[in-house]
Amino acid sequence: MSLRDKIQQGVMAAAMSAAQKVIAVAPDEWLPGGRPDPLIHQKHGLVGAQIPRIDGPQKVMGAARFAAEVPLEGMLYAALVYSTIAKGRLAALDTSAAECAPGVVLVMTHRNSPRLKSLPPFTVDMRSAAQDDVPVLQNDRIYWNGQPIALVLAETQEQADHAKSLLRPSYMEEHAVTRLAEAKAAGVETGSMMGMRFNDEINDAEKMLAASPVKVDEFYSTPRHNHNALELHAVTVIWNGNSLTVHDTTQKIAHTAWSLAHAFGLKTKQVRVLSPYVGGGFGGKGLWQHQLLAAAAARLAGRPVRLVLSREGVYRIIGGRTTTEQRVAIGAQRDGRFDAIIHEGVAAMTPNNNMPEPFIMGTRSRYAARAFRLGVGTVHLDMMANTFMRGPGEAAGTFALECAVDELAMRLGMDPIALRLLNEPQKDPINGLPFSLREVEKIFRDGAERFGWNRRNPVPAQRREGEWLVGMGVASGTYPHNRMPGGAARLTVTREGHATVEFAGQEMGMGTATVHAQITAERLGLPMTHVAVAYGDSLLPGKVMAVGSAQTASFGAAIAATHKKLVKELISLAGNDSPLAGLSPDEVGGLDGGLAKLDEPARHESYASILTRARRVEVSAQASAPLPLESMHWSMHSHSAMFCEVKVNTVTGEIRVSRILGAFDCGRILNAKTAASQFRGGIIMGLGMALMEESKFDERNGRIMNANLSDYHVPVHMDVPEIDVMWTDTPDPHAPMGAHGVGEIGITGTVAAVANAIYNATGKRVRDLPITPDKLLSVLPLSHSAG
Amino acid sequence: MRSFRYIRATDTTSAVRAGHADGAKYLGGGTNLVDLMRETIERPTTLVDVTHLSRQITELPDGALLIGGAARNTAVAEHRLVRTRYPVLTRAIVAGASAQIRNMATVAGNLLQRTRCAYFYDNDGSHCNKRQPGQGCDAIAGFNRMHAILGASHACVAVHPSDMAVALAALDATVHLESVEGVRSLPLTEFYRLPAEQPDVETVLKPGELIVAVQLPALPFAVRSTYRKVRDRASYAFALVSVAAALEIEDGLITDARLALGGVAHKPWRAGKAEAVLRGKPTTEATYTAAAVAELADAQPLEENGFKVELARRTIVAVLGQLAGERA
Repeated sequence: MSLRDKIQQGVMAAAMSAAQKVIAVAPDEWLPGGRPDPLIHQKHGLVGAQIPRIDGPQKVMGAARFAAEVPLEGMLYAALVYSTIAKGRLAALDTSAAECAPGVVLVMTHRNSPRLKSLPPFTVDMRSAAQDDVPVLQNDRIYWNGQPIALVLAETQEQADHAKSLLRPSYMEEHAVTRLAEAKAAGVETGSMMGMRFNDEINDAEKMLAASPVKVDEFYSTPRHNHNALELHAVTVIWNGNSLTVHDTTQKIAHTAWSLAHAFGLKTKQVRVLSPYVGGGFGGKGLWQHQLLAAAAARLAGRPVRLVLSREGVYRIIGGRTTTEQRVAIGAQRDGRFDAIIHEGVAAMTPNNNMPEPFIMGTRSRYAARAFRLGVGTVHLDMMANTFMRGPGEAAGTFALECAVDELAMRLGMDPIALRLLNEPQKDPINGLPFSLREVEKIFRDGAERFGWNRRNPVPAQRREGEWLVGMGVASGTYPHNRMPGGAARLTVTREGHATVEFAGQEMGMGTATVHAQITAERLGLPMTHVAVAYGDSLLPGKVMAVGSAQTASFGAAIAATHKKLVKELISLAGNDSPLAGLSPDEVGGLDGGLAKLDEPARHESYASILTRARRVEVSAQASAPLPLESMHWSMHSHSAMFCEVKVNTVTGEIRVSRILGAFDCGRILNAKTAASQFRGGIIMGLGMALMEESKFDERNGRIMNANLSDYHVPVHMDVPEIDVMWTDTPDPHAPMGAHGVGEIGITGTVAAVANAIYNATGKRVRDLPITPDKLLSVLPLSHSAG
Repeated sequence: MRSFRYIRATDTTSAVRAGHADGAKYLGGGTNLVDLMRETIERPTTLVDVTHLSRQITELPDGALLIGGAARNTAVAEHRLVRTRYPVLTRAIVAGASAQIRNMATVAGNLLQRTRCAYFYDNDGSHCNKRQPGQGCDAIAGFNRMHAILGASHACVAVHPSDMAVALAALDATVHLESVEGVRSLPLTEFYRLPAEQPDVETVLKPGELIVAVQLPALPFAVRSTYRKVRDRASYAFALVSVAAALEIEDGLITDARLALGGVAHKPWRAGKAEAVLRGKPTTEATYTAAAVAELADAQPLEENGFKVELARRTIVAVLGQLAGERA
């Protein structure tokens, strides 16, 4: 981050803090969500039903066209060459052999690349989608091991791949900081991002901890993770004069358009980003160097370009979850009440980005205590810019916090659920705001009953089945309810009673199109078959990234505002000869293909009748969502209670998760089918994080050594037991549709539940992830003979 | 692009003639060789496809089983005589890779798989004496959790990745070779080399020599045999340690034993020292432990793989205990 960026962060933080103070005390009704969404009261319609994805058949038939499948006439294929040093300069790069290779049209290096304006990281400038401010092929500098140093364009992918292998770069190496210990020795800075400073102090936590009769004080560490979405990052680009069309796979459509326009000195309208299908995002599908390189090469070559990263390419140039070292200390009275919570540590990032992995986020609102000391320190390494990855902050942070709570429960001789419920806060423990929704007690009680928690032996290493030790663990997960600014939508209803809802949303496979079709149909009183959804196009309204489990709320609020405007327009078109005459938009809702008075459904007129009488073919409205101020007025969070049973082999230390249950407090569930898939997907990712995921970053040279899905382990089918999920379905009265996002809550809490179950099975506490067999071997009984 | 000739051999004679050419490689299922070609680690100028040579699995008059080099791994694992007489082999094969890969992979190709050491594969960014003799070894002071504890050298600490070969080593399998110079046969245990100063040379194969068949000797007590593979996830992972074993027991005494280890060395590791300890001893845990300790006494773990010594010991003891408890 530059000094200017740092000052900007400081100003944002100050402005945010001032706004928070005012908004916290404003009357409820002044705020978005101050009056509950009328949709919350419709209990038997489309919302909440198990509705299959509307794009499911296209995907199953292979008809859905992804970014790497868009055919363009005269298209060239690109291959990237990656640096093999972490820092220094490109000394020489002879391109002649590659240029003479069959089919090669262009070899682009920093010497002939078009000049591009530098981009601010999106955590610094919220219009941007860029991850860091590293110049893209603008000079000979190397910033990380894996950085693109050249691009080859050829008539076929095979020709491009071959020509790339003929490039033999040489480097002038400089000392790179690739060892975490060295980075820490150089100094630790307090992390801050998007107006948040990750440092909270309430009372003297160290002093209270010292005086507490019972305490835990331990270090936990988590490794780097790489993004491994099923669909590789890919882009197909075409220039038409000064207009650029980009077929991308991204969770940041509008921001990608802004960024490309900024880099190439164009107006945002001159760039169109299309991304109708994204084969998994998880935080990794944003703007990285490859889109800029493809567009630059296409401009230079004067032909359309397709650039698909290899799996190794994804490991080299797409950042992932960074490594963390966390200290969690909890001081408690003998009855279990918390005196003090300390959660602090360091997360690695780079000199060129700003993503201080916010592992304290979940701790901020989780437990009551008299004193807090929470902090994220950052250190700089010369590596690929780290980024957001499912449950950023919470996934790693709840591992540390929830293991520490489990350790404390053991020391207190208390049941870990009872300890958690004893320390439930009445209001947000850090900012003092009231909770908008909090049913933590319910999910723990209901979950415990369904899982059979009472069958757990609280004494570790007691339950044995043949060669296997069996244990149960529990943990809580948490994730904030987020809504992003920039939500907007357009809604059109035709005389035939068909509707179209349009917004620049992103469908990453989680069911965005489906859920917005449901919501729109429900609001309009139309069957889903009569609602078309247009999304995945930067020319559509709205500038909302699909991040932070916030997309449904962000566009949902925009569709609600648009719907209200449309109803107003329809009432006015209906005029005085309508049963709706004299009603205000707040009194009216969609019903049976038309509008009706909410508490007097007989006062109804169909869209066909209104529009025919008004001699209109259709009526349209476009509106924006209000600023998301509600989360400065209420403390809005989702919660989970994760229950896990594991078996640990006493001979080999091999771990098998045999049962897992997630109980969720996430507001109203909009689609029971797609939400359950989101929960399960998050839980599976949590199993991977607990037991196997780890990027092997060679500290000698900053190179990732397991840049493939054979050596980088994610769970295979046999590692995943049947996953049970349940939810409260209690609406949050202050959230659009009463719903919270469900994309990330599944991974948070899962990791600690697995770790706690392993402890209960074996008596061994592993505090560094992943928990592999070798870490358990030393405590397992030596005799192989089954008990 | 790097072009190569592709020849589909229809008989062994023409195969070995084509394979005699400089830069020729035999192609089995291609599940490893094609990957290595994509990474430009292997750069053959001629590929001789030998998948159309013998896939037969034949019982010989003396009770031995002759398996054609082109037999698919799945076909071997599913064969009735393999399942009933050599369960260790079926279990080893199905513990490896995935069903799709096993359907493609051939027996001869499986034996000639190359190590999965990450530094060996990282053509652009790492040093490896096996890939580029004399370049140095980045694994010795790098990521070596998966690497060798037995028989390694200062030049190379890589391990052989095959599961099937561990079972074959335990079963005293013979490999039948053919080249333009003639035919020869040798025990599988003498087929592989330890890395020493030349880790790029992994077998005693002469240039152009083809594995035409693998022969399992009649070994009646192998009905009491098994394979256990320890790994980081439930499937689709290479062994941390694996154990192939067969026991012959009479009146509570071990009269004969076969033991081989995987995931610990540059080759499937036949545990001769352990076998010597086992012969004539009672079927007790003390015996198994003594055997394991004897075999592992020479282990020289690296920074990250010290656990393999303990893991191998435990797994050997457990496997032998389990076999002894089974009814033959």
